[in-house]
Amino acid sequence: MLNKKHVVLLASAGAITLSGMANVQADTLEETRSRGAVQCGVSDGLPGFSAPDDSGEWQGLDVDVCRAVAAAVLGDANAVNYVSLNAVERFTALQSGEIDVLSRNTTWTTTRDTTLGLNFTGVTFYDGIGFMINRDLGISGADELDGAAICIQSGTTTELNVADYFRANDMAFDPIVFDTSEQTVGGFQAGRCDVLTSDTSQLAALRIQLDDPDSAMILPEIISKEPLGPVVRQGDDNWLNIVKWSLFAMLNAEEYGITSENVDDMMDSENPDVARILGQDGNYGEGMGLEADWAYNIVSQVGNYGESFERNVGMDSPLQIERGVNALWNQGGFHYAPPIR
Amino acid sequence: MSVRPNARPMGHKPPFWRDRAKRALIFQVLVIAAVAAFLLYIVGNTQQNLASRGITTGFGFLDNTAGFGIVQSLIDYSSQSTYGRTFFVGLLNTLLVGGLGVLAATLIGFIVGIARLSPNWLIAKLAAAYIETFRNIPLLLQIFFWYFAVLRTLPGARDSLSFGEVFFLNVRGLYLPEPLFESGFGLIPLAFGVAIAASIALIVWNKRRHEATGKRLPAYWLSFALILGLPLLVLVASGVPITWDVPELRGFNFRGGVTVIPEFLALWLALSIYTASFIAEIVRSGIQAISHGQTEAAQALSLPRNLILRLVVIPQAMRVIIPPLTSQYLNLIKNSSLATAIGYPDLVSVFAGTTLNQTGQAIEVIAMTMAVYLSISLTVSMFMNWFNARVALVER
Repeated sequence: MLNKKHVVLLASAGAITLSGMANVQADTLEETRSRGAVQCGVSDGLPGFSAPDDSGEWQGLDVDVCRAVAAAVLGDANAVNYVSLNAVERFTALQSGEIDVLSRNTTWTTTRDTTLGLNFTGVTFYDGIGFMINRDLGISGADELDGAAICIQSGTTTELNVADYFRANDMAFDPIVFDTSEQTVGGFQAGRCDVLTSDTSQLAALRIQLDDPDSAMILPEIISKEPLGPVVRQGDDNWLNIVKWSLFAMLNAEEYGITSENVDDMMDSENPDVARILGQDGNYGEGMGLEADWAYNIVSQVGNYGESFERNVGMDSPLQIERGVNALWNQGGFHYAPPIR
Repeated sequence: MSVRPNARPMGHKPPFWRDRAKRALIFQVLVIAAVAAFLLYIVGNTQQNLASRGITTGFGFLDNTAGFGIVQSLIDYSSQSTYGRTFFVGLLNTLLVGGLGVLAATLIGFIVGIARLSPNWLIAKLAAAYIETFRNIPLLLQIFFWYFAVLRTLPGARDSLSFGEVFFLNVRGLYLPEPLFESGFGLIPLAFGVAIAASIALIVWNKRRHEATGKRLPAYWLSFALILGLPLLVLVASGVPITWDVPELRGFNFRGGVTVIPEFLALWLALSIYTASFIAEIVRSGIQAISHGQTEAAQALSLPRNLILRLVVIPQAMRVIIPPLTSQYLNLIKNSSLATAIGYPDLVSVFAGTTLNQTGQAIEVIAMTMAVYLSISLTVSMFMNWFNARVALVER
């Protein structure tokens, strides 16, 4: 018997085995245009990053990256086909060409960037692994977790980083590994494990899914670096540029104060940076095969990075994550997008 | 002397395409060549595609450090072990649940199958109800039932169900005391070995004596007593060199002893109970396949009832039972890959799950995993075929 995971894996392996040489040096931009939609790999439901809302529309910070790409390429942020993937399926789906962009809270690591035939295009969210525990345990720090049973999602960097952390601190733990984040929450709630671990942003999202969110708390320690970002296939540099600069456009738009509200007024701006971003002074999309209004479409239809952040994960959302290190460089954060010129 | 008009001159063979045997050979060679060419093309194409997409290939990854933890391991394993070792950890976990599942399913299956033929109305109906219930519910649902509905509702570690303060059951699993062997314990396996050797000798001697004189001893009961009694005697005589490591609640959880994780319990229960319902039907059909005349003939020889079963009915029934039993064993082992649904660290979950994802070597990992299931199945199949040949009726 096969579950969905293995069907996807086998199908993808089969695709790599059988596909001819023709589509290897594929022109993803051309394929996307003829299809009329961007194939976007998202999570299996992580509020704030990628999850369907009440009306079945995908929403989230990761979803907005795909919407931005669709706006830049097709002029319509809604021209996106979403493919829900669990942690194990995600890279195979991208390698085999089932999706064009993987935007699914994926940590940028050397192994993934260099051995999977994939390229990371930037960082959408600077994250780190944390621990969520039940308040009843009476624990205040991660160094008291010796011997704990820990629920982890399979196929994540969390699996590796937690093992590193416990080994470095000479502590023991029992990894209880599930395929989906939903199952890890179930295990945590039933008491199968003492600790639920994941990126802190995900913990915030998972905590609000608990029956009684106040019964759980997130420990202050962050034990690893988890830069999350979109991923594309190697071998199509133009597509890499498009995805990379779609995110940079959102960051630059925030930096220069362009929002989805004021973007039309900004078209007349005297500021040369704003004029270049909005395609009023030269066509910076030309080198990527895009129209001059590529960044205008992104900002008007999706918004700038700050808007997307606040709407999906920030203070306007149930997750209520502080900007912190995810603020722009000139506001004490890490996000520093190269200039559009 | 008459000459057939179309006969070929002597010494001239017909052309090879007119020779049936040669023609068959040529076609077979052509088919094999076509299959081989196809496989070569597939392998070459795959390698070329992987290379052009910049995906690393080969089995070198097996020597790299895995870096993740596994909750249950029968061999030494830490996050510092290699990916190759995760393969063996997963494989052994699969074999553990498969082996214990086969044992339990056989035991339950034979009991229920025989119970279904019982003249006692209640027992027969209970057995029938068992079979019809568990045979007709999908296995995955049964695994979920045991895992989510039964084991998940157990109390937490601090309110564990305790059996004599030695066994503990909670949502984290079943905690058993572990025997720790002290020096001097080596005598006991020795005594066990001696008892087994003595039993074999006793059975062989008894059989010869029975054939020669017609007299016999209850050799099986005697051997049973010997195998159980001798090690016990040595155990007591050497002053019981065993201490028990009893699990104890410390910190989050019980420490010490042996832990049976709930994922294992759920999978093992579901696999055993599900497969047992099929085995029960196989056993029933096997016994019913033996014509009643056989039993009557044996009764006419005034054989006692247990001997009728042992000497007449069961040997013939086994012939019917074993081939479908093999399929059930194979099903059970293959179904154990559903472990991944509840997070039991079997081969599919650990190796084709975590290892695959951490390394990205999908083709290599999936190929290795499929090869393992194929080899396990072929091995079981071979053993059962050998066993079937042993018990098959010798036709005279």
